[in-house]
Amino acid sequence: MAASTGKSFVSRFGVHIAVLIFVVIWTIPTLGILVSSLRDKDQIIASGWWNSFSSSSQTEAGRLPAASAQTQKDGKYVIEGNVFGDGAKRAISAFGTKAATPTQYKAGTAADLGDGVSLQVNADGSFVLSSPKAFEGDRGQRVYYASSAPPKFTTENYENVLLSQGIGRSFMNSLTVTIPATVIPILIAAFAAYALAWMRFPGRALLIAVIIGLLVVPLQMSLIPLLKLYNGVGTFFGVPSKTYLGIWLAHTGFGLPFAIYLLRSYIAGLPREIMESARIDGASDFEIFVKIVLPLSFPVLASFAIFQFLWVWNDLLVAMVFLGTAPDQIVLTAQLNALLGSRGGNWEILTTSAFITIIVPLTVFFSLQRYFVRGLLAGSVKGG
Amino acid sequence: MAAQIFSAIFVIIIGVGGCVAYFWGANKLLDLIFPSRGVSGSAAVDNLRRQGLVRPWLFVGPAMIILTIYLIYPVIETLRLSFLDRGGEHFVGFANYQWALGDHDFRNSIFNNILWLAVVPAACTFLGLIIAVLTDKIWWGTIAKSLIFLPLAISFVGASVIWKFIYEYRGEGQVQIGLLNAIIQYFGGQPQVWISLPLWNNFFLMIILIWIQTGFAMVILSSALRGIPEETLEAAVIDGANPFQIFWKIMVPQIWGTIAVVWTTITILVLKVFDIVLTMTNGQWNSQVLANLMFDWMFRGGGDFGRGATIAIIIMIAVIPIMVWNIRQANKETGGH
Repeated sequence: MAASTGKSFVSRFGVHIAVLIFVVIWTIPTLGILVSSLRDKDQIIASGWWNSFSSSSQTEAGRLPAASAQTQKDGKYVIEGNVFGDGAKRAISAFGTKAATPTQYKAGTAADLGDGVSLQVNADGSFVLSSPKAFEGDRGQRVYYASSAPPKFTTENYENVLLSQGIGRSFMNSLTVTIPATVIPILIAAFAAYALAWMRFPGRALLIAVIIGLLVVPLQMSLIPLLKLYNGVGTFFGVPSKTYLGIWLAHTGFGLPFAIYLLRSYIAGLPREIMESARIDGASDFEIFVKIVLPLSFPVLASFAIFQFLWVWNDLLVAMVFLGTAPDQIVLTAQLNALLGSRGGNWEILTTSAFITIIVPLTVFFSLQRYFVRGLLAGSVKGG
Repeated sequence: MAAQIFSAIFVIIIGVGGCVAYFWGANKLLDLIFPSRGVSGSAAVDNLRRQGLVRPWLFVGPAMIILTIYLIYPVIETLRLSFLDRGGEHFVGFANYQWALGDHDFRNSIFNNILWLAVVPAACTFLGLIIAVLTDKIWWGTIAKSLIFLPLAISFVGASVIWKFIYEYRGEGQVQIGLLNAIIQYFGGQPQVWISLPLWNNFFLMIILIWIQTGFAMVILSSALRGIPEETLEAAVIDGANPFQIFWKIMVPQIWGTIAVVWTTITILVLKVFDIVLTMTNGQWNSQVLANLMFDWMFRGGGDFGRGATIAIIIMIAVIPIMVWNIRQANKETGGH
């Protein structure tokens, strides 16, 4: 008995550990960009983000003042000052005078540079360079030092990307694309779904089959013909071919099969008695739909709305084909992709921009998770 | 900017208002043309019948028009374009398909797509199933599931940035700010430029999609697991089955249908994978896939619509079996309802 409980304790413990490992692996990547987006941009490249709460050390280079700054002291020529100048002070751990050995000497010790010249750099950045002979030339001594800075968190990156990197504008563009592209399909799909679920007419079964078939048609099949169509319409009417109206309709078209499918399976499951008693009371199909079906379908409408919202917000392909890349049209995903190309190494910009693009879907997702999961289940389990 | 917000709001009102006006107006019009109230009995019955014939088409009409323009017509047009030249003017027979068979990038894409198809759906389903089973057993399972589910809300581009940061490489001896290289260096290994290692880079890109989609598989499978009758599990426990036997011989067979759904859904997604490859490598270092290759040909040198359409058709051909299977299943389920 005791052995059996012991075993179950071990296996229970194992389950907790295993789930914990999965959770850590799945959350660490996102945590990484969140933490990095709040770090000082020099610290991002100086140490890994997992070290961001301890001081980061980095190797820097500077030049001491030139010969004109020298003074005479105890028969020696001396140049004094601070390597950080008037700027923010960091703690120096080591220094050197050659690029190959930037941390040759410990801070606070005097380094012998030959010919009786000695250099001492202290932890606070102050230095003393002394020589028995007068310094010459107008270029000062090169100096390298390893400094460590206390952890520094800032919202500067957010200000930067929102205002100067075009992310703020793109954010508005994304909203402009997403909201109409979410609202328009719902109404159109709801009417169609009701007709397919509760009205009898020839060709209904065929229509349902077509819609289920269209569910899996790759977007790629539509791109070229629609691009040609849009260009043709644009030329014919003398209007731009890349417009918000164009992408709203495109997203509506691509979202409709799933919308109709999801809504139909839900609406078909509503109790028959309600519909029939309403019909006996003389209600028309239109009245039944507006007064009974729509209110009862709220959960599935919400599910679809969340889906469509996330899908449109996160879309890159449709936006790249049907919208321009000028500041007044470029959406967040496309802007982020552009920054990846132009600011490939600037992680403070990339991580911050990425976090801004995911913050909206994450908020929607967390606040409405229940509807999202319900839609997911209805959409795929019944899809068979 | 203000003008943009205003025009967006304006369009929402116009769009939604237009939809409402159409549905309401069309119904009203139908009632006026074929009145069923205030006319004699037989005329009313006749008119009701006529209304019944027309009204469904008023309801499905807008959806059908949009579906035709945005999906049905393009499918036919893409098929036609795949037999035409780059400008879509001259018939070239199977020349585009012949080109594809001989093209290095195309072959590479096919190979990579097969690799993706072999790994990603299997990995997502397997991991999703394991996590679903494990999280069902513990009190904080819901929180764990939420966190694993979370990447599903992140765009592929966002996810690419997140993982590019993990794969970030700096020269040997420098401080590694990419997590993967930092771990490797900590254990004395050699830092690598992961996304430019031919063949292996495919797997590093796949990890991103697996990271996103495992939550999807987990949620669906978790709900299917809940649907397993308690008695079958109890009977197995009484018969002395160990947890692994229960998992493989009792649970998995009962949710086989759901596993197939998850598998095919992710398969379709994998066939269309585009954003991840575009943002991570843009097909360099032999990591090209069909969807990205197609996008490339759509715009390369002014665009080659013939070749682009051909690649789209290849993706479509891969989807058709799943499509047929879906329609059959749905017909079986609804039984013509």
